[in-house]
Amino acid sequence: MKYLSEYRDPAMARALVTEIRRSATRRWVLMEVCGGQTHTIVKQGLDELLGESIEMVHGPGCPVCVTPLEQIDKALALAARPDVIFTSFGDMLRVPGSDCDLLQIRARGGAVRIVYSPLDALELARKNPDKQVVFFAVGFETTAPANAMAVWRARELGVENFSVLVSHVTVPPAMTALLEAPDNRVQGFLAAGHVCTIMGWTEYEPIAAKYRVPIVVTGFEPLDILEGMLLAVRQLEAGRHEVENQYVRAVRRDGNQPAQDLVTRVFELVDRNWRGIGPIPRSGLGIREEFAEFDAERRFSLDQIRTAEPTMCRAGDVLRGVLKPFDCPAFGAVCTPEHPLGAPMVSSEGACAAYYNYGRFRAGSAV
Amino acid sequence: MTTIVCPTPLTDIARVQLGHGSGGKLSAALVRERFLPHFDNPILAQLGDAAIVDVAGQQLAMSTDTFVVQPLEFPGGNIGSLAVHGTVNDLAMMGARPEWMSAAFVLEEGLPLDVLDRIVQAMAEAARAANVLLVTGDTKVVERGKADGVFINTTGLGKRWPDFAPGPTRAQPGDAVIVSGPIGRHGIAIMSAREGIAFDTELRSDSAALTPLVELLRARVGDAVHTLRDPTRGGVASALNEIAAASRIGVELDEAVLPVPAPVAAACEMLGFDPLYVANEGVLVAFVAEHQAGAAVQALQRHALGRAATRIGRCVRDHAGLVVLKTGVGGHRVVDMLPGDQLPRIC
Amino acid sequence: MCLGIPGRIVEVRHSEGLPMGVVDFGGVRREVCLSYVADEIKVGDYAIVHVGFAISKVDEAEAKRTFDVLREMSQLDELEWLKDLAP
Repeated sequence: MKYLSEYRDPAMARALVTEIRRSATRRWVLMEVCGGQTHTIVKQGLDELLGESIEMVHGPGCPVCVTPLEQIDKALALAARPDVIFTSFGDMLRVPGSDCDLLQIRARGGAVRIVYSPLDALELARKNPDKQVVFFAVGFETTAPANAMAVWRARELGVENFSVLVSHVTVPPAMTALLEAPDNRVQGFLAAGHVCTIMGWTEYEPIAAKYRVPIVVTGFEPLDILEGMLLAVRQLEAGRHEVENQYVRAVRRDGNQPAQDLVTRVFELVDRNWRGIGPIPRSGLGIREEFAEFDAERRFSLDQIRTAEPTMCRAGDVLRGVLKPFDCPAFGAVCTPEHPLGAPMVSSEGACAAYYNYGRFRAGSAV
Repeated sequence: MTTIVCPTPLTDIARVQLGHGSGGKLSAALVRERFLPHFDNPILAQLGDAAIVDVAGQQLAMSTDTFVVQPLEFPGGNIGSLAVHGTVNDLAMMGARPEWMSAAFVLEEGLPLDVLDRIVQAMAEAARAANVLLVTGDTKVVERGKADGVFINTTGLGKRWPDFAPGPTRAQPGDAVIVSGPIGRHGIAIMSAREGIAFDTELRSDSAALTPLVELLRARVGDAVHTLRDPTRGGVASALNEIAAASRIGVELDEAVLPVPAPVAAACEMLGFDPLYVANEGVLVAFVAEHQAGAAVQALQRHALGRAATRIGRCVRDHAGLVVLKTGVGGHRVVDMLPGDQLPRIC
Repeated sequence: MCLGIPGRIVEVRHSEGLPMGVVDFGGVRREVCLSYVADEIKVGDYAIVHVGFAISKVDEAEAKRTFDVLREMSQLDELEWLKDLAP
């Protein structure tokens, strides 16, 4: 596939790894804040290739992982209603709420459907006028324009039985929260390429300056990630701390203006609870008053939700990079993919699941 | 490409979930914990694709399967042709020539009869082409809403070839792992025909009877074939994991040589699927003694179904029970059994 | 939230006022909303698609430039490697 496969070339990957190892005079700690990048790193075994030159810490870049428990519980409550067809991206179906997950709601008879695009959910609403169709609008800034469009079109086309349960989060406040933590070890960041496709990278410039960390906007294929790491290492070696763009084929400094505009029309910044981290002010998106009729939280009464997180889960520490999954006492023992205690063991890109599924082999003995 | 799939849902609830049917860890656990303890006997304990029973000195293979695919009709076949192919293949994987089968239908009230006609016609054609006789059947009808259109249960029966006894416990360190054709076609074809995930391009299932391929292998390399498996639900990855566990060997795969057709690769990229976990219905995986591996691949390539046959890995003594993949860029990762189904991702 | 893959625009149309198109991903085609790239995209261009929306046109010139740098790097790397082998 063009503009995809060529970024997996093994010879070029080796060359980048060699260059990274040659450039690093010490071990640098880098963090990627993007589930897709975590995925590639672990799936391709990139950290194995890098050896001692870079320590990759997997940040809270998986929206599935950080979706607050309350929102999951609201989703479960909605999905259980007989008048509702609950639609969601596939990733969310297995995330445990306080009591169960969406797949189990389906097992008990709830109408839960996977959709590929939020417009498909809207279409489902038009085809099922006697049902309420709710769409679980989860994600970072990358997905917000798509979800905004679904709401916008619902109003334009007069689709009254459609609403969205929103749980959007934004990256820069999370990055700032991580950098503010006294035990932060991260020295440089790979910024999520597609988040920046939408938002551009202007928001990262004050962060790079204030905290003196290089931030490299990076793509998702192995060559992108390796090149992003190389650029970060070169900056660190030279004592620079700028925002740099590796993902030049898809990102411009100002991002995608029409997308930003519609997001601003439909959504507004709200405080958001990040599962495992805690509340971060103005780090999420909520539906504006003007579109309140399409907000599932306002359309349905969802007040009686009680949330309860297992106390042994150290997800917060893992998400902030201060604890490696295999250093968590629960990892591989009471917390496994089959019996997850927290979100990072559940989600596709969760650091714990990634290590459990891929890292066991290199950890020596099979866990 | 992505392989990481969400781990299983909470498993300590007392209900059956969809994941229990996906051919992964949940399925295995269900069989192990809920069924085996009650039906325990040495034949069942083998847990092969088919059971081997001895009748007056002749080994017979017996298999059973139920087909519940949605949609009922898809590019490349329908639930009827799938039922024949699946039944035939289970027998062939145990080294038996499929000869007879039964079919029991559960029909949902309201199923259009012309749909039923198409299903039955496809079954008949598939059976004819596979030289299998449908010798007994049954039909039940259930109320609207209770059967997704049609469910088909089959039993297959065949005579085992002499001196040819592939089985899940027989793979050995040093064996070559060979796949007979391109992977991922059936699962993607089904996915692409499902509401919400449709593609504009027609991706066809590879559903086919594999008996001719098994016959070619047997004729050419005989007992050098240690294990055969058709990687249906759960894909190549699950099949290899099962065999690695049953034979207590490790498997090493090379990502660079996996035969994934471009449309399957593209669809997998879009959905965030890994082709290794996508169902196949016209492909077999063979574990063949190293010194006969080349001959085995050649034998497969002589048939239309096996043109793209290729070696994808080997068995090793290390990491028994684990399947390890050398990635495109030279790293390594464990290819684990999925807990449940692959779900389309957006991350 | 990052799964965005590149595809080639093969058709452009409007659906109830919304700019839509058909994008070809290595042989597989799907309908995609082009609202966010409508001003800069035409048939034959490549775009990054995320959850059924084109979010950016692929800048082919930039892509080529990066790739040339990487290729050069890997050729140099290969020469180094060969040098290491030499007696």
